[in-house]
Amino acid sequence: MPIAAKFEIEYLQYLDAEGKPVRKDLPDFAQDLDYMVELYKLMVSTRVFDTKSIALQRTGKLGTYASCLGHEATHVGIGASMKPEDVFAPSYREYGAQLYRGVRPREVYMYWGGDERGNDYQNEPAKHDFAWSVPIGTQCLHAAGSALAFKIRKEKRVAVCTIGDGGSSKADFYGAINVAGARDLPLVAAIVNNQWAISVPRKIQSGAKTLAQKGIAAGLNCIQVDGNDIIAVRKAMGDAIERARKGDGGSVVECVTYRLGDHTTADDARRYRGKDEVEDAWTKDPVKRLRTWLEAKKAWSKKKEEKLQAECDEWMDNEVNAYLETKAQPATAMFDYTFAELPADLAKQRDEAVSLESHQ
Amino acid sequence: MLATRRLHAGSYRRQHMAAITLIEGVTQALAYEMKHDKSVVVLGEDVGVNGGVFRATQGLSEKFGDLRVFDTPLDETTIAGVTVGLAAQGMKPVCEAQFEGFIYPMMEQICCHAARMRNRTRGRITCPAVFRAPWGGGIHAPEHHSEANEHLFTNVPGLRVVLPSSPARAYGLLLAAIRDPDPVVFYEPKRIYRQYKEEVPDDGEALPLDVCFVLRDGTDITLVTWGAEVKETLEAADALASVGISAEVIDVATLTPLDFDTIAESVQKTGRCVIVQEAPKTAGFGAEIAARVAEECIYDLLAPVARVSGWDIHTPLYRLEMKQLPSTARIVDAAKRTLAAG
Repeated sequence: MPIAAKFEIEYLQYLDAEGKPVRKDLPDFAQDLDYMVELYKLMVSTRVFDTKSIALQRTGKLGTYASCLGHEATHVGIGASMKPEDVFAPSYREYGAQLYRGVRPREVYMYWGGDERGNDYQNEPAKHDFAWSVPIGTQCLHAAGSALAFKIRKEKRVAVCTIGDGGSSKADFYGAINVAGARDLPLVAAIVNNQWAISVPRKIQSGAKTLAQKGIAAGLNCIQVDGNDIIAVRKAMGDAIERARKGDGGSVVECVTYRLGDHTTADDARRYRGKDEVEDAWTKDPVKRLRTWLEAKKAWSKKKEEKLQAECDEWMDNEVNAYLETKAQPATAMFDYTFAELPADLAKQRDEAVSLESHQ
Repeated sequence: MLATRRLHAGSYRRQHMAAITLIEGVTQALAYEMKHDKSVVVLGEDVGVNGGVFRATQGLSEKFGDLRVFDTPLDETTIAGVTVGLAAQGMKPVCEAQFEGFIYPMMEQICCHAARMRNRTRGRITCPAVFRAPWGGGIHAPEHHSEANEHLFTNVPGLRVVLPSSPARAYGLLLAAIRDPDPVVFYEPKRIYRQYKEEVPDDGEALPLDVCFVLRDGTDITLVTWGAEVKETLEAADALASVGISAEVIDVATLTPLDFDTIAESVQKTGRCVIVQEAPKTAGFGAEIAARVAEECIYDLLAPVARVSGWDIHTPLYRLEMKQLPSTARIVDAAKRTLAAG
């Protein structure tokens, strides 16, 4: 019988779990060890930040927080693959990518600590990125719409969204990759497959052998990578983004990683997954993997690690202090961003809220 | 105090050579704004070569190309989400849900993102988008094509909900909606898309959002309505006039944010208020107006506030459809009962 269509999904990995190269054709950027050290530093910084976030939550100084433990290679790799003028539409866990693009920990803390100003990123290029998207998958379409804006305005920019393995089940994800394929939009969707959507495992999220292949149905370029190998993530994402920039089509890049922590601080993953599975996942730790490789290349040392940890601690102290010193917004702030100009009817409610403040 | 727009029923029925229908008012506004502002784009199902199933986007694709008049894949979620993305990048998208009964998949993007983008980013990202849809019953359409569901959006902060009810108001309010820096749900009463024509100069003059339009001055009773029921309400006012009752007719036009001052001013004058809405009664937008009248005008009232509305049922398929829509007779009857009460 004739074949109407067939496909295959490549799997990309450069470093194995032990940090040993599995192929010889390392990309150019990976031969620049200074660059790789910078990526490593950000992965470590992300982990230090994440650990501190959980400590803040456990001591009552932060609301519910979604940990990124174990995702460092995927997240930093995505951020490092983008150009400043590109636009990032994250879900709510991709701090490594966001820190790379200038989001400050104090902003993350403000958001999860109950203050909308946390979404008002002050540094470029994060300043023109989307804020965290809590409703699952919805940000994929914001990226597709951004990509359409770039295409209409003939700007050489790319929109990048991230989505979880669970989120890739959502209509918004399918809609975004579908319109990107149908109308050739510069969109790159990175599926961060961390195996768990709260308590629901990857295997009952989809019958597809890979999540990357969902992009085949949309007419996009698709690849699956080892999401704990930052060289693979950076290579696949970089290629996908530059291909989109040239007008050669969008992509779906599935980064296979593992959520080492709970879904959020309100979750207890011991309820639904075994200890053995988590212990096994720790043997594939992305931070340790890159460190081992850098040490073998004589680009990293214990002394450098100690210095980095000290720098991270100081950085975090500054950020945490800045967060804790931030006073709550006045009640008027609840009203003042609802519309560009406060409608007369809403102004009356604002006055009432202000008068209640002064009586307290 | 907001400016009140006073129009007269006489001009409402004026006929001219270059006159246009309500839906042509929509088209004229889209064409004007696309010509004068390159950031305006139109997107939806069949909006391109086909010009929309009601022809609201007729001729735009030829003038502005298939990127600025963008036929989307057949998915309302995609239309709404792409619209949010475009708006966040500084474009001014005007998207279309083909019918109001198909707007439900868009609600997550409208309510969770478009309406709250400015607030949740403290003004860093905004969403100057228009979500258009043909609205309401009365055209013998299939199921899901004839709903009056505007109240699902009037409880959403950060959103404007606008329903024009004349060619001039379709033109002027749509221009205002596109130029507004915040998201607007723009519902077009399809039953009166081609009810009559009036002359609408293509001068780019927007009408104000956030104000009610007084379509007819009166002294005995205030009739408050919006959407296609403006037709029956004006007919009721004529019928009441023939028996010596002077009815003031207010077209709310922009439901939220509400210009209650215009309604209050009228009720203070007449002492009586009948609210006419096509949607089901319970928790419809008429309930909000009735509550506001009770809160702010109770001592002006000579009789209880009355509501004439659709029943609390699903829009019937078309053989019974007209029984769901408030008729002129029901409005006249409610007005007479209100007058009899005090």
